Amino acid sequence: MSEALGLYNYWIVIFLMMTGLYLVISTGNLVRKVVGLNIFQASVLLLYVTMGRVDGATAPIFVEGRETYTDPLPSVLMLTAIVVGVATTAVALALTVRINEAYGTIEEDEINEQEHAQELAG
Amino acid sequence: MSEHLAVLPVLLPLLAAPICFLLRNRIAAMGTAIAVCWVTFVAGVVLLRTVVTTGAPAIYELGGWSADVGIVYHVDTLAAFVVVLVSSLGAVVLTFAPQSIAKEIPKEKHHFFAALYLLSMAGLLGIAVTGDLFNVFVFLEISSLSTYALISLGQDRRALTATFRYLILGTVGATFILIGTGLMYQMTGTLNMAEMAAHIRETEGVRTVLVAIAFLTAGIGLKMALFPLHAWLPNAYCYAPSSVTAFVAATSTKVSVYVLIRWIYTIFGTQGPGSMSGVVVDLVLPAMAISGMFIASTVAIFQTNVKRLLAFSSVAQIGYMALGVSLVSESGLTAGIAHLFNHALTKGGLFLAMGCIAYRIGSVQLADMRGLGRRMPVTMFLWVLGGLGLIGVPCTAGFVSKWYLVRAALEQDALYLAVIILLSSLLAVIYVWRVIETAYFQEPPEGKDEVTEAPLSLLIPTAVLIGASIYFGLFTEWSADVAGLAARELLGVVR
Amino acid sequence: MTSEMAMILALVLPLVAAGLSFVIRSAPNVRDACSLAVGVALLGVVISLVPTVMDGGRPEIVLFEIFEGLPIAFRLEPLGMLFLLVVATLWVITTCYAIGYMRGHHEVNQSRFFGCFGLAIFASAGAALAGNMLTLFFFYELLTLSTYPLVTHHQNEKAKRGGRIYLGILISTSIAMLLLAVIWTYVIAGTLDFREGGILAGKAEGPMVIVLLALYAFGTGKAALMPFHRWLPAAMVAPTPVSALLHAVAVVKVGVFTVLKVVIYIFGIGFLTDTKASVWLMWAAATTILLGSLVAMTKDNLKERLAYSTVSQLGYIVLGAALASQWGIIGSGMHIAMHAVGKITLFFAAGAIYVAAHKTQVSQLRGIGRSMPFTMTAYSLGAISVIGLPPFGGAWSKWYLALGAAEAGQAILVGVLMVSSLLNIWYLMPITMNAFFVPPDEGPAYPPIKEAPLFCVVPLCLTALGSLALFFCAEPIYRLLLPLVPGAGGGG
Repeated sequence: MSEALGLYNYWIVIFLMMTGLYLVISTGNLVRKVVGLNIFQASVLLLYVTMGRVDGATAPIFVEGRETYTDPLPSVLMLTAIVVGVATTAVALALTVRINEAYGTIEEDEINEQEHAQELAG
Repeated sequence: MSEHLAVLPVLLPLLAAPICFLLRNRIAAMGTAIAVCWVTFVAGVVLLRTVVTTGAPAIYELGGWSADVGIVYHVDTLAAFVVVLVSSLGAVVLTFAPQSIAKEIPKEKHHFFAALYLLSMAGLLGIAVTGDLFNVFVFLEISSLSTYALISLGQDRRALTATFRYLILGTVGATFILIGTGLMYQMTGTLNMAEMAAHIRETEGVRTVLVAIAFLTAGIGLKMALFPLHAWLPNAYCYAPSSVTAFVAATSTKVSVYVLIRWIYTIFGTQGPGSMSGVVVDLVLPAMAISGMFIASTVAIFQTNVKRLLAFSSVAQIGYMALGVSLVSESGLTAGIAHLFNHALTKGGLFLAMGCIAYRIGSVQLADMRGLGRRMPVTMFLWVLGGLGLIGVPCTAGFVSKWYLVRAALEQDALYLAVIILLSSLLAVIYVWRVIETAYFQEPPEGKDEVTEAPLSLLIPTAVLIGASIYFGLFTEWSADVAGLAARELLGVVR
Repeated sequence: MTSEMAMILALVLPLVAAGLSFVIRSAPNVRDACSLAVGVALLGVVISLVPTVMDGGRPEIVLFEIFEGLPIAFRLEPLGMLFLLVVATLWVITTCYAIGYMRGHHEVNQSRFFGCFGLAIFASAGAALAGNMLTLFFFYELLTLSTYPLVTHHQNEKAKRGGRIYLGILISTSIAMLLLAVIWTYVIAGTLDFREGGILAGKAEGPMVIVLLALYAFGTGKAALMPFHRWLPAAMVAPTPVSALLHAVAVVKVGVFTVLKVVIYIFGIGFLTDTKASVWLMWAAATTILLGSLVAMTKDNLKERLAYSTVSQLGYIVLGAALASQWGIIGSGMHIAMHAVGKITLFFAAGAIYVAAHKTQVSQLRGIGRSMPFTMTAYSLGAISVIGLPPFGGAWSKWYLALGAAEAGQAILVGVLMVSSLLNIWYLMPITMNAFFVPPDEGPAYPPIKEAPLFCVVPLCLTALGSLALFFCAEPIYRLLLPLVPGAGGGG
């Protein structure tokens, strides 16, 4: 029991991950989808940072009297991942704006309806 | 110079992309991009020759940092083969592009197109050469993000929604790969694939690794459009500009298959006690591959839009590659790797032919292709040759890969598998012949202006790809033989 | 000129003819003269090869490897020699006929027609010369694809439907079964070379041999073994010269030729006799022989009737192969030549009737012999040869086949051969009777002679005389084929 609680960081990771994924799948609003995607990606940031942590260690800066340091690599990787996430969000939002211009809506149902009509028209 | 060879194919397009962007001139940007693509192709060929003749992988330590702290590019035969695949297809398709996009994309955006195209290519090439798993993710996102932008340049507004869908699913897939990578790092303490492979045996049966396998399979499956994870693909191929479709169809899913091969064979290995990819190669991949081969081919038969028909055919063909990879034998892996290249040529050529058709008649609907065999005889003849390649008729590259695949199945005494492969390839006959019959046996639609043959600047690249798909159906020294070499390397068979 | 050179020429010449036909579009006279000249040259080249093969020479060419240890290779042996000879001879004659037919009929797209025709001959020659199963398979498929535009030449709805059946059956059988058999053989035997005595002996056993033989026999859709025969009548939508040369000679004969090659050089006659794996194939062939004849009797369309007759006659050749005995093989090989000459005469006659009188149905042919005496006389001679009566070539091959069946102790099969010959008389001869002895339905009882153009009539008379000549010249063919059956020495 205490082991399971001790890993509470991972529980948060899983909770965020599932929330994000659920949001992406369930909502029909494109902006909400992007938000869901962001939450999903944020959970991965937490996952990496958590796995780099070492009990009783400090940040990886050499200080007198400290022997153990946390693993800096995962945190560094996440800087890259954040950049990727921001870029993805930017592209997604730009697309949403274009979709809104083209269809006059960002609700998936209404878009599908219009596309279906377009398909029938040839 | 030669020691920098391994990094050159990535560096050239990556550096040229911002230059194209800054040039802001349509002709200068496209010219630069085309030149860079061809130079990259030459570099790729030299790289492949070097790797094959020396028999040792080309290794390049970025910034001089060794594998334990830095990123190392590790180019073995397979990687070099994929580099040649991407750069050759990239170069030919970009040569096709200027004339083709002139009708599809506003002129003031052409330098964006060039820059995005180069970025996408750089990302794909980066995936091929890098030996670092996190680096794979980064390059994957570089190529994906630029591909999203490229696809959204399509004329039809549905290109936007197709891109959005691709973006959502692609990002989910990439994030899955990222999670898998993280879990692998957690267990092995390294991101370098070779080092990971060395430590993987110590983690036998650990659940974290199993979860990592699950995430990696799902993520890569999404990226390579393995049935039933292909939902993003048909519309994305269908509504993208012609040259983008050809490039993406020919390269991007193929590179994802390459990643799949990498993690199954290089990291996890297939033999010995540490092998944990068993359930994937024994069950998951074959099941997905076979259902894809049948269902996607059947769906293709009923399409009225020829680009979408070809897109579904791609999903089915990905199934053949996945099946070959899952057979874990020399012929099977050879089939999978050879089919990467052979199918890239065939499908690239077919999509370019569709580009020629779209350029002239402004539509890719089957109904609008009536009687086209008489009006665009050269284009349609090339299309027919490409279609025969999809079926896998002898003298086409498709036959070579099919041969290896069936042979691999029979070598494992899996007669049923051989029958399934051959039967599913018969479905291709139906969808290819639907187009041929429409083009040759029906009268042209009324009221359309007389259509003429596509301009040479479009026909030549198309003919080059289709011609290559015929050439490599007969002379396999630099296609299937190299694939066989790569397969032996991956399986650890001594040369 | 070395034999190897001659072999290469035999392959290149049809390609040249095809290329010229595509290039010289605007000058039909030059184009057709070229086709004819190339045809004659090919015949000369092929004849020059005969002495070499007769003396036991087996010239070989290895081009390049597609798969490791699996090259595109050519090797001339007696069966291939005979087949090549048949194709080359009849190509010249058919070219004459086609020129007359296509012009008499004002067909469009003649360049494409002659181009694809040359390509089909190239594929047939390649199949005849193939040195291993992979090469044979390549040319087999090339033949299917190059004849598709010929079958669908008219590009109308009917042609489309015919083409669908044609291509559908031929491609699906070859990919789903023949290719499987080829790769399977390669996996088992490690080679696909045609070798005397076969390559499977000692490597395959039990039911597997039967399954493999079935895959080969049915997979070779061109051999038209029932139930995969439907493509042959469907192909009759093609112009008559195509039906004549391709669907009485080249395409179907490539089919049975493949079956024979597989039986002799892949399985090996001795191996098949020992395992008795081919017994079922005898019965399948016998069924095809009888059913083919029976269906032919019900057809009123002349070309369709001839097509079913071909299905039945192909059954003879497969039967001989399945017997896997000395007489069976020799009978089969001979029947390739004998049936080719006889059947092409019948098709030529059907085409000539169509060109001259625009009649396609058997029931319309009453009294036609009075206005087209040459055509109908030639038809009668060809028919007698196909039935297998002396003094025509067909008599020999049927004689040897019956001998083979008797030798194998299969009295019922001998009976089947006899019954089928009777059926042949039943459906082929009434046409002659009605043509000559019954007055036409309309017009005068003895109308003026109105034959097809000379280019049509001369070839069909030549082939009719040819089937007569073959009766007296069967001996060289016999000697040519004898080495196929080891241990047959000077027997017979």
